[in-house]
Amino acid sequence: MSQADHTATLALPGLAAAAPAASARRVRVFGPRALLALSWLAPVLLVAVWEVLAQTGYVTPQVLPAPSKVVRTAWRLATTGSLLNDLGTSLLRAAVGFVLGGSIAFVLGILVGFSRLAEALIDRSVQMVRAIPFLALLPLVIVWFGVGEGQKIFLVALGVAFPIYINTTLGIRQVDGKLLELGRVQGLSTAQMITRIILPGALPSILTGVRYSLATAWLALVVAETIGAQAGIGFLAMDAREFLRTDVVVLTIVIYALIGVVADSIARLLERRLLAWHPNFGGATR
Amino acid sequence: MSAAVQDAPAAVRVFGLRRAYGPRVVIDRLDLTIRRGEFVALLGESGCGKTTLLRALAGLDPIDGGRIEAPKRPAVVFQEPRLLPWDSLWRNVALGLPAEGAREKAAAALAEVGLGGRLDDWPRNLSGGQAQRVALARALVQQPELLLLDEPFAALDALTRIRMHVLVKDLVARHRPGVLLVTHDVAEAIALADRILVMRGGAIAAEHRPSAPGLPAATRATLLAELGVIDDLKSA
Repeated sequence: MSQADHTATLALPGLAAAAPAASARRVRVFGPRALLALSWLAPVLLVAVWEVLAQTGYVTPQVLPAPSKVVRTAWRLATTGSLLNDLGTSLLRAAVGFVLGGSIAFVLGILVGFSRLAEALIDRSVQMVRAIPFLALLPLVIVWFGVGEGQKIFLVALGVAFPIYINTTLGIRQVDGKLLELGRVQGLSTAQMITRIILPGALPSILTGVRYSLATAWLALVVAETIGAQAGIGFLAMDAREFLRTDVVVLTIVIYALIGVVADSIARLLERRLLAWHPNFGGATR
Repeated sequence: MSAAVQDAPAAVRVFGLRRAYGPRVVIDRLDLTIRRGEFVALLGESGCGKTTLLRALAGLDPIDGGRIEAPKRPAVVFQEPRLLPWDSLWRNVALGLPAEGAREKAAAALAEVGLGGRLDDWPRNLSGGQAQRVALARALVQQPELLLLDEPFAALDALTRIRMHVLVKDLVARHRPGVLLVTHDVAEAIALADRILVMRGGAIAAEHRPSAPGLPAATRATLLAELGVIDDLKSA
């Protein structure tokens, strides 16, 4: 078999037109669009195989229900059940925890970033607490707050706080000393130094912290909601487990994943908007 | 011109300046006066204390002895443009100006350096020479009595550097601050300065006036000898 034949058999029918039979070396068999389409091929294929295996009974519904069944369950729960209500409860918990933990961490991060005194007073304690995997605090948190909303919000806030604190301090510390010197030469006041030079300079790092903290927020929420919740996505999952409703369990997992993707896209959008000046974020690179 | 400059008020006066890093004395009993409208170039080997002197005049470093009578806020152009990447060009130029009328003043300053149409552009879209011109506009928009230039053209290519020389000479003639240019480049010093100082051993070792009678070539040879580049004057 010649090399040209070999490439032709590999190319998909739809793509073959884009790759005329020229010398194999010069031809870009897959353009960027084709590669994008191709990157979706594997996941779509996986779901299709899963569907077929479930439909033909090779995989029992108790182990893994068919994707189509999960979609039907989603529709039923959304229209007749409490899915939207549970979703709202979970989002509210995440948002409140995120805002609380995030703002406290941001203020502490700014203090420590600016002042050596604040660093001496605060930083070591924070770093020591940070060494604890925050989920290990769960039993203690339950003792403090019970299994109500307080426990869930506290856990989310705790998970959010560390990435934001660390990246805020780091961002402020990494501001270019030459630009600070310029600020002095131009006669900027302390307030102007902060708003014109230090915060914009720290912003890329702060936004990275926000992105990390979104991931830990979901993790914290999943764990917190599996204990003693009366509503929320986690409650839905635990309730379904009792009755071996694997389709609902899979649905909740998919919902967590989707929320994570959406949150990350929002963070990315924020980066693109706020860091338009930055060669790594703005422009057409992403 | 030189008569007018001699009568002009001083832009900066330095008396017996001393600066040491630990036991190492970098500037020792240095005296210097620069008048408004006067362009002074400061030459010297690397590590002779040129930049240390400039930073002391800019108020960026403390001094260990002596006295500096300088305006409250001299303008500085550094070797790198030091533009804020997150601010548009006019916001960069207006950095430190009172908010009222800042955009108009910045626009005028940018026009003076030939970038009048690019008020809202970003620093990352500029070439090295253009960025340094924005830095010049930022310095001049403050209407400084004293302008400190710390090897501002060292990182530019030869042609851009010559263009910058013409521009700087023109701007200084119009705004008439006292100028101290720290440089390695003897040709640059001769091209720009009314007075050239050679710094050695932490003090001013020699002084030249390139505009005075005598060929620039002779000045150049003398300067190179004083800088230790040419050992024997006659061989030049």
